[in-house]
Formats: sequence, C-alpha cells, structure tokens
Amino acid sequence: MIELLLEPFGYQYMVKAIWVSALVGGVCAFLSCYLMLKGWSLMGDALAHAIVPGVAFAYLLKVPYAAGAFFSGLLAALAMALVRVRTQLREDAVIGIVFTTFFAVGLLIVSINPTSVNVQSIVLGNILGISDEDVLQVAIIAAISLGILIARWKDLMLVFFDENQARAVGLSPTRLKILFFVLLSACTVAALQTVGACLVIAMVVTPGATAYLLTDRFGRLIIIAVAMGVTTSAVGAYASYFLDGSTGGLIVVFQTILFLAAFLFAPRHGRLAARRAARSVVEPVA
Amino acid sequence: MKTPVISSSMAAGPTPSIVVAGVTVRYGNGVTAVHDASFALGPGTICALVGINGSGKSTLFKTLMGFLKPAKGMVSIAGMEVRQALKRGLVAYVPQAEEVDWSFPVLVDDVVMMGRYGHMGFLRIAGKADRDAVDDALARVNMLEFRRRQIGELSGGQRKRVFLARALAQGGRIILLDEPFTGVDVKTEDQIVDLMRELRAEGRLMLVSTHNLGSIPDFCDQVVLVNKTVLAAGPTDTTFTHANLQRAFGGALRHFRLEGHALHEDADARRVTVISDDERPLVLYGERDHEKLADGGQTTRGQTTRGQTTRGKENGERATGREGRSS
Repeated sequence: MIELLLEPFGYQYMVKAIWVSALVGGVCAFLSCYLMLKGWSLMGDALAHAIVPGVAFAYLLKVPYAAGAFFSGLLAALAMALVRVRTQLREDAVIGIVFTTFFAVGLLIVSINPTSVNVQSIVLGNILGISDEDVLQVAIIAAISLGILIARWKDLMLVFFDENQARAVGLSPTRLKILFFVLLSACTVAALQTVGACLVIAMVVTPGATAYLLTDRFGRLIIIAVAMGVTTSAVGAYASYFLDGSTGGLIVVFQTILFLAAFLFAPRHGRLAARRAARSVVEPVA
Repeated sequence: MKTPVISSSMAAGPTPSIVVAGVTVRYGNGVTAVHDASFALGPGTICALVGINGSGKSTLFKTLMGFLKPAKGMVSIAGMEVRQALKRGLVAYVPQAEEVDWSFPVLVDDVVMMGRYGHMGFLRIAGKADRDAVDDALARVNMLEFRRRQIGELSGGQRKRVFLARALAQGGRIILLDEPFTGVDVKTEDQIVDLMRELRAEGRLMLVSTHNLGSIPDFCDQVVLVNKTVLAAGPTDTTFTHANLQRAFGGALRHFRLEGHALHEDADARRVTVISDDERPLVLYGERDHEKLADGGQTTRGQTTRGQTTRGKENGERATGREGRSS
C-alpha cells in the first residue's frame, strides 16, 4: 500500500510536476488575495486568454514562451486601458471584447501552424510533459514574484484598501498597481503550464476567496490562501498519477472542495455559523 | 478623552501651512473643475471648506493630496511642493465613509497602523514607536476596546474615529477631513469637534469639507467658500456671512425667514433666518442685513431642526448594513 502511494515519487516527471505545481499554486494564491478584494477577478481570466497568441508566436519564432506571453499580456492590458479611457463602455464589456479577440487570434495562429504547438497543452495545461527549459522559466518567474510579494505585501494591501492613504504616506499607487499587474501576468504565464488558460482564473481567485471566509486579517488571509494553493496544487498533481486525469482539472476540483468546506463550516462567515447566529438571536425571544 | 501624549517628533517639524495661489484644475476630459482658486491657511487653524456638491471641494482636496496636478497656479504645503510634503507624511487624510471598502479584511488596529507606514522601513515592520503611536491614537479617540474588530462591524461614528486615529498615528501636522459628520450621531460629532479643538491647540492645521453649516461657527475659525473657484476666504466672523453663503449656494440652499407678523405682534424689525444645506442649519437673528448668529454657536445646536432620532436610526442601519462583514 505504502509502496503504491510512494510510486509517483519514483518518476522524475512526477516529482517535477508536483513541486512546480505547488510553487505556481502558491504564488497564484498570493495574488488571489488582492484580486478578489477589488472585484478584478475576471482580469485574471482575461489575462490568461490574452497571452495565448503570445505563446503561439513564441513557439513559432522559437523564443522563450514566457517572453511572448508577457508581451501579448501587456498588449492586451494596454488595449483594455485604451478602450476604457476612450469609450463609455463598462469594464466587463471592455474585458470581454479584448480577451476574446486575443484568444481568437491565438487559436488561429496555432491552427494555421499545427506543428508549432499543441492547442490542448495551452488551453488545458500539460504539467506532466513540461520540458526542462520551461521548468526553469516557470521556477524563475514564480520565485521572483514570490520574493517581491513577500517584500511588498503591506504596501500593496494599503494601495488596494485606500489609495489616498497610500499617497499620504508617500507611496505611489500607480507604480504599485503596475507592479501588481506585471506580477499577475507573469504568474498567469507560469500557471498556463500547470492548469492551462481556461482554469488559471480558479488559481487566482479561489484560494483568496476561501481564505476570506476564514479570517478578518489580511496577513492571515495570505497565509491561508498560499497554504491552500500549495497543497491543492501538489495534491492535484500527485493524484493525477493515479486517476490518469487532467492535472489542472484535479487541482481546481480540490480547490473548489476546500472552498465549499469553508463556505459551509467557516467559524464566523460560514453558512452554519450564520444559522447558529440567527438561532441565538431568536432564542431569547422564545 | 485622554490627555494628549505628543511625542517630540510630532511637535517638531515644519510649521503647517497651505497656500493655494491662482490654481486651475482640469480633468482629462477637458472640464475645468476649479478656476483661479486662491487661499492661504496657517498653523493652529480649523478651516471649513463649504460649497454645493460639484463646486470643486473634492477637486481641491485631491489637488492637495497630489492626485491632481493644477494646470495653472501653485500649491504649497508647509512651504514645500505637495509631493515633498506627502513624502514627509505631513498631510493626513480622513476619507468619506463611502470611499472605504468596509468589507476589507482588516482590523481597527491594522487600519490605524497604516498611518505609520511612512515611518517604517522598506518591509513595513512595526517597531515599538509605531505600536505606541497606534495605542495613543486609539486612546485619544476612545476606541481602544474596539481594536480587534473588523472595521465593517463598527457603527458610523466608530468608523469615523478609527480614521481620525489613523491621522493621529501618522502624526500629520495637516489633516484633511472629508465630510467627517456624515452618518455620525450628535454625541460623536461633539467628540470629534472636541478632538479637533485639541489638535488646533497643538498647532495643527485642519481643513474640513462639510455640509453642516450650523456647526461651522462652533469650531471653525476660518472659512473657504467655493463654487468653481474660491468665492471668499477668511475668518469665520467676517467671511461666513449670509451674503457670501448666498453667492456660494445660489438656489441650492433651503432658506427660511421668519419676520414681522410671523414672529412678533409689535413693529420689531428683527427677524430669524434659517439656512440649511441638508444638514444642521445655520440660524441668524437680527435686523435686516445686520443679522448675527443666533446667540452664539452652542444654543443653535439645541435648535437643530433635523430630528436627532433620525440620525440615530440612520446610524443603527449603517452598523448592521450589508456593507459590513458580520454575518
């Protein structure tokens, strides 16, 4: 039995998949704490789709895929900013138009050049088949992002909570927001490898949303979310060995299970706690 | 309230002042929000910024906070450029209730600690001085017992006090307060006013945007009246007059005048004028065009036409409103 459970660790590709997934899951979870508080969750989805043409181009031109992804993510962000400033359209409409356009261009490129890259591995991720160069890219991106986040998390929190106060203590909200979006696009690129473009949104929303139900303090929110991101990603990659299923799908399913558990059983903000509170208010009357 | 424990670093530093000279501010879409505005304020001052909605009050605040850059003219804070003054943490800001995300996962303690970021190192790790400043600030606004609460669980008045505490913890010599009395009960309003008087005695400069016309003569020694520009600025006694208010508000004020037979049987020429911009009204009494504040500030308080019960109710609703996180 134990031998069976340890079996995945005997394969180098499994070990690699587990630690890379865990690393990426952790950083994405860190970012999710900020993203979901601002109502910007869809931004992560948009970015993930918008980088697809960049990845396709990068494979076509044989340059590091991260560079291509990053460039097209930036282009998408600029396009969104431009449309928002120049029109009266709502944000969700702007995001919807820009990201579908980019995604469509990406799919078109990939379908015209079928040899350049497998569509499926972009859309659904392919952590088990990740190449060593890609592992290096992902690891560097994730490690640098994590380092910056650990150093600047309080400043980012202040900017997200109260921009005026950030300004009053001498910070530059604009610069910090740009930093945040650069990190977000970098980590989306990294997550593309593990869960694919379609499920990146879960990685940058669910852990933060779950932690939000469990604590009232931002520092703890980050710790809970990161722990959850790391665990679910590692376990998801590990379990995919036995189920022979999509790693990305498993990771997101595990995250959703934890979210549901928090939704029901969270000590203060969960449904059961709310019911208890409602009952304790009624009792003295009865 | 606790007697102030002023650390030497707070008492020292540059003399607070605000100079706005010929400032014109335009938004990106080409709309000029404020045109050729000028006023100057010195230390030990509470100044009211008065005008209708859209008159440019918040534009002036944003300009003082460095968020908007004047297209023309000059703003200087404590003799420095706005950016420099902000870098040194000289300007503290107390936001309007609507500007704050009350469901954000932060405790009262965390919010007040945000005032200290400018005093901390690169990683924003709080030292003893920072923790002491937070303790003192919370004690001064009587909020120590609520320090472990999530901010959405507080009542309107408590919320206001948390942000005042943050301004105190920051040690700002200049404090900008945006509508500090909205959604606040009368008792809290008195507490805030008392605290502001203490801060004035410490030589700080406060600029308060308010619709609460009636309480302005109570505690503001300076007034700036705005409507797309600065219409009048100066000491409350000479500037906060009926004529100036009419210029500032035009038809936007509720205006009641009782005179002649409505008030007396005899030929007394005196009359009562009540001017209200939605909140506490201003009451003037005397002969035509020589009216004075009815019997000083304090008594007008008792005559507030707006029922205090209404306020209390409003407050209660806020505390349990869905914007809070408590479930």
